[in-house]
Amino acid sequence: MIVGPAAGHFLRVVAGPLLAALALTAIVLLLLGVDPAAYFRQVVQRGLLSPSGLQAAITRTAPLLFIAASLILAFRAGIWNLGGDGQYLLGAVVAAALAAPLAQALPLWLAWLACFAAAAAIGAAWSVLPAWLRAFRGVNEVVSSLMMSFLGLSLANVLIKFVFQDPGTTVPQTVTLPVADRLPRLLGGALPTGVLLGLLAVLMVHWVMTRTAFGTRLRIVGLNARAAAHAGLDVPGLTLAVFALSAGLAGLAGAVDVLGVQGNVRADWNPAYGLMVVPLVFLARFNGFGAIVFVFAFSVLSVGGESAARRLGVPNYVTLMIVAILLAGLAAGEVLDQRAARRRDAARAAGGEAAR
Amino acid sequence: MSAAPFVSLEGLTRSFAGVRALDGVDVAFHAGEVHVLLGENGAGKSTLAAILAGVQQPDAGTVRIDGTLRSLSSPREAMARGIGVVFQHPRFVPSLSLADNVALGGGPWWRRPLPAEIARRMREAERRIGATAPLDPLAKAGSLSQGELQRAQIVRALMRDSRLLVLDEPTSMLTPEEAADLVALMRRLADDPDRPMAIVFVTHKLDEALDCGDRITVLRRGRKAGELRPGADMPREAARRALLAMMFSGAAALAPRPSTGVLPDAGREILRIEGLVAPPLDGIYLSVRAGEIVGVAGIDGNGQRELAEALAGQRAMVAGDIRLDGLPLGPLGVAARFRRGLRYASDDRLGEGAVGALPIALNLLLKRIGAAPFWRRGVARRVAMDAHARAMIAAFDIRAPGPHTLAAHLSGGNLQKVILARELETGARAIVFAKPTHGLDIVSAAACRERIRAAARSGLAVLLISTDLDEIVELADRVVVMSRGRIVARVAGGEGAREAVGRAISRGERRAEAQA
Repeated sequence: MIVGPAAGHFLRVVAGPLLAALALTAIVLLLLGVDPAAYFRQVVQRGLLSPSGLQAAITRTAPLLFIAASLILAFRAGIWNLGGDGQYLLGAVVAAALAAPLAQALPLWLAWLACFAAAAAIGAAWSVLPAWLRAFRGVNEVVSSLMMSFLGLSLANVLIKFVFQDPGTTVPQTVTLPVADRLPRLLGGALPTGVLLGLLAVLMVHWVMTRTAFGTRLRIVGLNARAAAHAGLDVPGLTLAVFALSAGLAGLAGAVDVLGVQGNVRADWNPAYGLMVVPLVFLARFNGFGAIVFVFAFSVLSVGGESAARRLGVPNYVTLMIVAILLAGLAAGEVLDQRAARRRDAARAAGGEAAR
Repeated sequence: MSAAPFVSLEGLTRSFAGVRALDGVDVAFHAGEVHVLLGENGAGKSTLAAILAGVQQPDAGTVRIDGTLRSLSSPREAMARGIGVVFQHPRFVPSLSLADNVALGGGPWWRRPLPAEIARRMREAERRIGATAPLDPLAKAGSLSQGELQRAQIVRALMRDSRLLVLDEPTSMLTPEEAADLVALMRRLADDPDRPMAIVFVTHKLDEALDCGDRITVLRRGRKAGELRPGADMPREAARRALLAMMFSGAAALAPRPSTGVLPDAGREILRIEGLVAPPLDGIYLSVRAGEIVGVAGIDGNGQRELAEALAGQRAMVAGDIRLDGLPLGPLGVAARFRRGLRYASDDRLGEGAVGALPIALNLLLKRIGAAPFWRRGVARRVAMDAHARAMIAAFDIRAPGPHTLAAHLSGGNLQKVILARELETGARAIVFAKPTHGLDIVSAAACRERIRAAARSGLAVLLISTDLDEIVELADRVVVMSRGRIVARVAGGEGAREAVGRAISRGERRAEAQA
């Protein structure tokens, strides 16, 4: 045997898919007429090695981390809340609408807190319908939450254009929060508060899901709903709770983005973070620490990718393509690894037989 | 009987996750012969049937059909080679008609015969098996009874000109009388002067094997333990002893030992069910005293599962009264009933009894999530959990590396021990066992039965739901028979209980058919 089982496992599950994804991306780039080496160099240079690029990558993780927390909580409980985009944008709009007036009326920290609360509340409210349908009518939440997401995006635009429109400009957008009133940067500007809060949110969700009775109940519902009913858990009640918390976290993602970075929300703006983070938390297998790593890697990739796109004329979508290929590669690696384990078992059984 | 076998298997070997389900088995099937594959659960019978069906492929060994080496690489190929299989759980599409189901997999759609042609061929096949009540080709498969679905599978095999018919535990879902009909049918197919078939009859029931086998091959832990041709010159008792020796090779006391049938008068009533209505349950009256084991017999699907679920609180009650220690349980949910001491060990061990992806430690506490001392203010205390799990692993002899082993990685017997440990723990007053030894190997099943006896001895009221008559007769002090959501007979345990219960089941089944 050339490699031991542990090394073989690592090769199949991590290194192989990673190299394969990079190789495939390189081939696509070649077909686009771009030098892959230049592209990758640019991505790493601008996304990770340059101070401003790294700063941008770190800053970008804030909303992504909240979304990751939202998705991990829901997915571990077996609830496929795909309404994250609508919940995110409504949270962002409500936070943006409240931030400027509240910042003048209240102490700054209290204004931020009120914005967070309102954003979480609107996100949660936007999930009530799919949650209720799932809990009491057995309607699949994949479709209903996705539909609500489209409605949420539309409602957010209506709110921007007709309710919260900044009177001081003709551009359809909310009143801009002055930079002085935004969330501060910690550690001499290196660490935005939003990123710290996002990290806390992911770690908190991870801890709740693995260490608390509440999280254990949610996991049981997610892993085996029939066993949950058999064990006497309140499955509909827990379903409602999961939706509320998950959608609330998605709403917080919007608030953090607005209060920390954007300052306002323009009409027809939709970063679509929700669906972007879905593959990342799958790659992390719903593990909080893994999710943090993948979210950061994705930020680097997307910041560097944008820069490389500008420089080399490659579409932005290449970043998403790498993530997609990586996901497919890792899934394939998993299958290969299971096959290898089966073969080992069979060989061991045969070997044991021969020894007898 | 022709000398050359139709199908012969040599050195057949097949492993699953390191366990040898089949280990160098040689066996040959002849036309005109009913060949019984006899063995306990886990002996390898079903694996052998699956290989004949083309569902599984052997790791080693050869399959010869008419003397020619063949590989049965898919169900389609097995079918084309003349092997028809009647599965234990019929594989039909419930929403399609019988005719569509029978034609399914028979070839590409453009070569499919017209419905009228399918119906004609179904009738022809039914004539061969001498069926009196023909199947309706247009009936949806989902609306048929187990017996009818089984007959449809046989008909399907005959329509495809199968020369070898494998029946995997065909009697497990049938009443004793239906089983007798099936035996006659197999005989008829084997003795057909024009087209004598080879019949492979898979069973774990010794008497069935003796009733119909021209040749009996005994499998034991994946190996062929022996072969017997119980001719007319061999007394039944001698054949029986020989087979028992092959199946268990001297393992003692395997014949079912009837319980004493003496009711423990000292026990006071613990569980009382009065007029319980929860569709399909239709007015159940039952009382179980401390230390008593009451068996619930009947064909699967006559309300036994629903009775257990209604007792556990998993199923809403329309009318009636359930009392534990004299207190009504009516509005209480599953968790509250568990705390009061009403326990339910489900037969669907990985489906609902346990969460496969969680460790043993959590599965042992599945019905007490959040309770002290394992959680404090909602936060898990792993030390307490692990200590609890280790104590349970020792007390219930659970064979597992440790508290963190996932439930999905346990064998059926060990998973059952985890569930029993959870349900029997502190404060149990009454417990419902649903098919407790279903799918367990013989050693685990014996251990499980001993646990049930011990539970009753310790003063619990025990309700034992089982479709295994021998098990019920062995354990129960009293037996009730369920049919169509009602209790149709009450039989005292002890001598003669087996026959009385068997008769009651057949009677209930006939009445149900008459109503339908």
